[in-house]
Amino acid sequence: MEHVLGFVALAAGLIIGLGAIGACIGIGIMGSKYLEASARQPELMNALQTKMFLLAGLIDAAFLIGVGIAMMFAFANPFKI
Amino acid sequence: MSTGTEAHGPTAGEYIVHHLTHLNSTGHAQTAIIDWSVWNLDTLFFSIALGIVTLLLLTKAASKATSGVPGRFQAAVEILVEMVADQAKGIVHSAESRKFVAPVALTVFFWIFLMNSMDFLPVDLLPKIWALISGDEHAYLRVVPTADLNGTLGMSIGVLLICLYYNIKIKGFGGWIHELFTAPFGSHPLLYPINFLMQMIEFLAKTVSHGMRLFGNMYAGELVFMLIALMGGTATVFGFLGHIVAGSIWAVFHILIVALQAFIFMMLTLVYIGQAHESH
Repeated sequence: MEHVLGFVALAAGLIIGLGAIGACIGIGIMGSKYLEASARQPELMNALQTKMFLLAGLIDAAFLIGVGIAMMFAFANPFKI
Repeated sequence: MSTGTEAHGPTAGEYIVHHLTHLNSTGHAQTAIIDWSVWNLDTLFFSIALGIVTLLLLTKAASKATSGVPGRFQAAVEILVEMVADQAKGIVHSAESRKFVAPVALTVFFWIFLMNSMDFLPVDLLPKIWALISGDEHAYLRVVPTADLNGTLGMSIGVLLICLYYNIKIKGFGGWIHELFTAPFGSHPLLYPINFLMQMIEFLAKTVSHGMRLFGNMYAGELVFMLIALMGGTATVFGFLGHIVAGSIWAVFHILIVALQAFIFMMLTLVYIGQAHESH
């Protein structure tokens, strides 16, 4: 029982941590490219902003799904014996 | 927070599990992962009620629209309509389909925005009121319809059906079947099964990820609100302060997510329907 609880806690930490790494790198790269692009061509800023938010939501989603699953593991543990 | 047993208050786990259980037609928590006989009454009620609110609000805006100086409400709806119409114009190139697709996108956006916004109500408010009305202090109720996988997958399957309709309408039934077997790799009898498999996987992945994305975001958001509520439930100075600070920050951040996810669901609806118009 203790084994299971410990492993689930580790798994929840890994799910959130690894997901956060990926999502943050993704958002960071995209944000920097957006700033670069709008510095080069300020007239495209509005068109790019819509697309950037769309992609930010898409990148964010996988991470937030992971957070949701990890939270479920932590509080409504389905592996309880 | 009188959600637990009489002897002691609910533990953190019990509180969260109680709040994650649907009010369904069986009266107790769903046990099997897939059970077609269960109706989640809370999801159905809130989604249909908010759908009616959406339609009433948009109808009111349309019927009271003046060409003179618009009121604030009319201006807000006009901005929304213009935004959706712009996006639709860029993605769906057939003007005839746009007559149907653009209003669908607008309704979907407004509806999902309202459903997601149920997250901003205090987590215990509506469940508590429902417990008082039903007379059962352990009554289950979940107020966010989009934090239920059944709700979001239902909507994404609806989008899939619209896509299939336009596939058949634009390409003809024969043309669509032809495309199923010849795209994306090309027309050769040996490639037919591979093409067909790829197309099926594409449809499945599109639909599942479409629904899962909205569900995951709202579910995680709802859970974090519950955790913050638990912090206030400790009834200490630290807990109350933490509840107010963390709750305000998360609520502000959640406004962004709510609007963003509604926007993304709408955009992907448009993109998928736009794809149905393109032939390979």
